[in-house]
Amino acid sequence: MDKLIDLRQNPALQARIAQRRARRKFQARIAHGVLLTMLGIVILGLFGILAVLIVKGAPSLSLEVLTQPPKGGYYAGGKGGILNAIEGSLLLALGGTLIALLLGLPLALYLNAYADRSRVAGFVRLTMDVLWGVPSLIYGAFAFSLMLFVGLKASLLAGIVTLGLVELPILARGMDEVLRLSPRELVHGALAMGATRLELIPLLIRQALPGLITALLLAFGRGIGDAAAVLFTAGYTDRLPSGLLQPVASLPLAVFFQLNTPYAASQARAYAAALVLTGLVFGASLLGRLVARVTGRYVVR
Amino acid sequence: MSTLERPLIRHETGRVAPLTRAAQPGWRVFVSRQFASRVGGLGLGALTLLLTLLLPLLVIALAMRAYPLLQNTSLSNVFGMTWNPAQGAFGLMPFIIGSLAVTLLALIVAIPLSVGSAIYLVQYLRERQRSRIRPFIELLAGVPSVVYGAWGVLVIVPAVRGLALATGAEQTTGYSILSGALVLALMVTPFMIALMEEVMRAVPNGVSDAAICLGATRWEVVRDVLFRRARGGLIAATGLGFARAFGETLAVLMVIGNVAKVPASPFDPAYPLPALIANNFGEMMSVPLYDAALMSAALILLIVVLAFNLGSRMVVRQVAQHG
Repeated sequence: MDKLIDLRQNPALQARIAQRRARRKFQARIAHGVLLTMLGIVILGLFGILAVLIVKGAPSLSLEVLTQPPKGGYYAGGKGGILNAIEGSLLLALGGTLIALLLGLPLALYLNAYADRSRVAGFVRLTMDVLWGVPSLIYGAFAFSLMLFVGLKASLLAGIVTLGLVELPILARGMDEVLRLSPRELVHGALAMGATRLELIPLLIRQALPGLITALLLAFGRGIGDAAAVLFTAGYTDRLPSGLLQPVASLPLAVFFQLNTPYAASQARAYAAALVLTGLVFGASLLGRLVARVTGRYVVR
Repeated sequence: MSTLERPLIRHETGRVAPLTRAAQPGWRVFVSRQFASRVGGLGLGALTLLLTLLLPLLVIALAMRAYPLLQNTSLSNVFGMTWNPAQGAFGLMPFIIGSLAVTLLALIVAIPLSVGSAIYLVQYLRERQRSRIRPFIELLAGVPSVVYGAWGVLVIVPAVRGLALATGAEQTTGYSILSGALVLALMVTPFMIALMEEVMRAVPNGVSDAAICLGATRWEVVRDVLFRRARGGLIAATGLGFARAFGETLAVLMVIGNVAKVPASPFDPAYPLPALIANNFGEMMSVPLYDAALMSAALILLIVVLAFNLGSRMVVRQVAQHG
């Protein structure tokens, strides 16, 4: 015991302990700084993108650009706007989201009302996760092959179906995740009171409504921003959308094509189109949050 | 009449509505509720299983369209180095190498960014602060790829050109693998942050609390506990980031230069697989076997992405369940 006390009072040892403590503290501080820098770069990246978009896009964002389709010589800097692409994109994304909703919501409900925690559910979830990871270009190529098979030309309809496929896994898994968060007691209570599995569905929907809407708008945002899927399937046209079997323009492709022209005026309007597109995506995201808050009052917590 | 004998009226029931119409009298006459539930389950289950068939269907459809190429030329042609469709040379190797180069370089940038951010979110911030920062990362993840591309053309490409000239390159446009990789890195980082955060939050709190009780600094907790426990999940998240970046089309296509040559340095242009497909889809009917070659490229792309996705998802699932 005496020895131990001696050791503690040994000044050399104390110095070493202090030194070591200082080094560990220093290390921790450096690590903190480095990690914070990483997060800062990522957040700054977002603001960097937004700043560039606004600085480059806002000056050429006029009422004319928003409310008129391209006129003659538009891509050489002529008159007109991108209304064709705005309308086309909205139609494509709304249609695609509708298809994804009609297929994806039943899937998510089945997983949670009937197959919860079963092996089937695990398998379906894995498949949907993998489908989520498939690049949209592949969906485009796949849909293009189907179109050749049934003799369909690049059109609004083909674009909607393709976007529906792209959005399906995003929407289904998103909705599945929020449905899965509903309290087990709620489901058990309903079942104990004699509800059948089918009758769990309205209960689950009401409980998860805010999350379901967020997932829906997330899928919409993905759909409207996707370019590779509509590249071969929806085509492109300077006219306003006129029918399901006619080609339509879309905002991502409007950005892409105008940026590829050698004219500065057209390139500037590409940034305006990008600004509109980003605005729509962010708008959908914000709307999702807002609606989620309003509908949140039916939720059992 | 006591309350129990008469049906409850609205103000007594509060917000609770009848569960379904099937629960009301009158419907029962036609189908029993159990029967309705069973039929509903069969219908929904059939739809669900049908939708999972989409995955094999994708592979089969692409394979069928790619098959004529293998039938008419050799495998060594398809994986050869020369791409000259007019002469019947469909070597996809330069494109595969281009894809790999830009994706790996992107990951080298994205991994420290996403690991660092995710650790900071999980370990250094409280839930309140976290929930204030998370929307920004979600927004960043939602920015359409073409917008990243446009931003890359405007910001990254000139910056890379400046860097290349400063390091002694003779002549360069700035449209290069490095530009593509930087744009890709910023694109996949928010996606990887979300996954890594999930993986690291699955590590039980008790483990890191124990380390703190023993006097570990935060950094030591991260290095010796969090990393060690979440290593598998972090690798899997990186795999998913790889797959995401490998299949990304337009943002890369816009900044990478699209020259079908094996690149020698990060400042060289390249031509990744998705760009090849997207750029040539319009004219693929004009040359024999051209469409089969493009579909082969799509098939290779799909197989690589599927392999990484399947492997990584299985690991993520294991980790999320068992910590």
